[in-house]
Amino acid sequence: MEIEAKHHPMDKYLRADRIPHIWCPGCGLGTALNCFLYALEELNIDPDNLAVVSGIGCTGRIAGYLNVDSYHTTHGRAIPFATGLKLAKPDMKVVVFSGDGDLFAIGGNHFIHAARRNMDMTVLCVNNYNYGMTGGQLAPTTPMEARTTTSPYGNLEHPFNLCHVAAASGAVYVARWTTLHVRRLKESIKEALNKKGFSFVEILSPCPTAYGRRNRSPTGLDMMKYYQEHSVIKHGIDPSEADIEIGGDIIVGKFVDIEKPTFNEMVKELIEKARK
Amino acid sequence: MIQKIDAKKMVVTGDYAAAYGALLCDVDVVAAYPITPQTIIVEEFSTFVNDGITDAEFIMVESEHSAMSACIAAQAAGARTFTATSSQGLALMHEMLSIASALRLPIVMPVVNRTVAAPIGIWCEYNDTMPQRDSGWLQMSCEDNQEVLDMIIMAYKMGEHKDVLLPVMPALDAFILSHTVEPVDAPSSDEVLDFISHYKPHAILDPDNPMAIGTFTPPEYIQELRYQHHVAMNNARKVIKDVTKEFAQKFGRDYHGLIEAYKCDDAEVVLITMGTVTGTARDIVDEMRAKGKKVGLIKLRFYRPFPIEEIRKIAENVDAIGVYDRSISYGTGGPMFIETKNALYGMEKPVVNFLAGLGGRDVVKGDVEKMFEILLKAKEGEAKEEIYWINTRGVSI
Ligand SMILES: Cc1ncc(C[n+]2csc(CCOP(=O)(O)OP(=O)(O)O)c2C)c(N)n1
Ligand code: SF4
Ligand SMILES: [Mg+2]
Repeated sequence: MEIEAKHHPMDKYLRADRIPHIWCPGCGLGTALNCFLYALEELNIDPDNLAVVSGIGCTGRIAGYLNVDSYHTTHGRAIPFATGLKLAKPDMKVVVFSGDGDLFAIGGNHFIHAARRNMDMTVLCVNNYNYGMTGGQLAPTTPMEARTTTSPYGNLEHPFNLCHVAAASGAVYVARWTTLHVRRLKESIKEALNKKGFSFVEILSPCPTAYGRRNRSPTGLDMMKYYQEHSVIKHGIDPSEADIEIGGDIIVGKFVDIEKPTFNEMVKELIEKARK
Repeated sequence: MIQKIDAKKMVVTGDYAAAYGALLCDVDVVAAYPITPQTIIVEEFSTFVNDGITDAEFIMVESEHSAMSACIAAQAAGARTFTATSSQGLALMHEMLSIASALRLPIVMPVVNRTVAAPIGIWCEYNDTMPQRDSGWLQMSCEDNQEVLDMIIMAYKMGEHKDVLLPVMPALDAFILSHTVEPVDAPSSDEVLDFISHYKPHAILDPDNPMAIGTFTPPEYIQELRYQHHVAMNNARKVIKDVTKEFAQKFGRDYHGLIEAYKCDDAEVVLITMGTVTGTARDIVDEMRAKGKKVGLIKLRFYRPFPIEEIRKIAENVDAIGVYDRSISYGTGGPMFIETKNALYGMEKPVVNFLAGLGGRDVVKGDVEKMFEILLKAKEGEAKEEIYWINTRGVSI
């Protein structure tokens, strides 16, 4: 049977003229994007009231494919850009969709401060353990001993545990899934979008081209099998116990879901107090 | 230290040539952050380290700002350092550029010219290097991959010269050089090290002789530092000429100092170009000469220091001068055009600016031919404009 689809069911959210996308076969970015689109659809989010901001990288291309107000900023600066948006348009839903290198290497400073302030935004980080776009260099997420173009004998730098960083910096919602967990990932994105304050979802995603090939997972399928064999769901655990190590368990789940006033709420309250 | 490397002929990209140049110069420290189309330079260098050809320290950092910071510290500690970047990376590095130069640290950093956002693009434009004009670095542009290799070697010798002591930024065009293979003659490591000689830092962080660098300085002192920096940049003119001459004697390739004049002697009009367009323009000069048109070409190699005297000298005998620019200072004209007008102050020569190839658009033979045709009109006082946008939608010329 030949299956032919002229339209993607989520076409309304996409800039069809920008497709085909640039992503490699087996890349997890399509799945990550799909989960996001289905989350938007199921929450019935008005695309006119949604802004998606990306930095630079393979993940950074996502903003350009979306048919909403989308911004492809400079490398590392998606979060300050989104902060400006949220302050100018407090009623707008602001989402940052970017890569691990973009958000935690060159832009790491912005992440911790937006989380600390509890800026009302959702940050979706595709963690493929490396800088995919520039050909597979070491990132702050590369697991110990993993090989990249800049760690040919294996990485000796301790990586960030992104969920731990987010929680420690003050995020009110923190979850991690892989692109294998499509339903759970979609549900988490929905929760994050509904959450008031700084919500963070880490999406572990295969990058067969730049990372997998050098780490015994040359195809997207190899990586998905690895996720299947190693993922363990542990909701509610302290994210400091969810480090990622080669060959170890990949702990996924929802780690943080707390309430805290957002930056915008605090400002509003202060203004009201000052006026009295 | 590097292992002994024999002279050889290679067929390599401009990025490889840059990395290889740094290898031959036995650099001690490389700190870099990847960015297209530069990434290959440091990637190739990291391979040299990996293969044990050099024991240089290769530092991975989390941004270009950190890359330059690490190079500054390493150079201040007495190491010969190297890094490379492009476009947004250079823009992000801007803050540290003036620190490297004002501390008089002769770092060498090839920059692959790539358009600066917005909108984001990866192709060739000079709007990354040109805005660094006042950062106090020597800035120049290469025409081919051979020049890239040779220039990295010469850059260390120029920058480290006691009358200069400034960092050097050789530029190469995105993809046209960075990713295109060309035959390149590489000298042996012995010849290169003999040419550039051992690096003797003028100031060094040494625990036994403590010294503070870049400390808070009141107005009583800063102005003199600026003056000395200015003098050093002026001194670089002679040093550049001497070094290219010595290079020619030793390696047989003559780059003629700050500019290279091509068929300018009896020319009525000359075009000034920089980077890879120079090769195309040389062909056009030959073709037009064959038709009896007296046209000439100035290949501008150095943007800082700017070859004021050299250009004035050629201008004396020509009737009109054209300047090709691959970036624009909005509302005024191309940066090299502005510099040229400044250099020609008081000479009453028509100077025409051609903007082409911005954002990486190809500059083809017809485009350069058009520039010369307009110049020949300018010679008769018939040029309608001062600034011409070549091959640009919405502009008819
Ligand atoms: C200032 C600056 N430096 C470097 C780059 C080059 N660059 C583009 S994407 C990228 C890394 C992207 O890694 P990540 O954020 O993990 O995204 P991925 O491609 O893996 O999805 C780099 C270094 C740039 N665009 N701007
Ligand atoms: S390089 Fe990696 S992250 Fe980028 S598109 Fe290819 S597989 Fe995906
Ligand atoms: Mg990545």
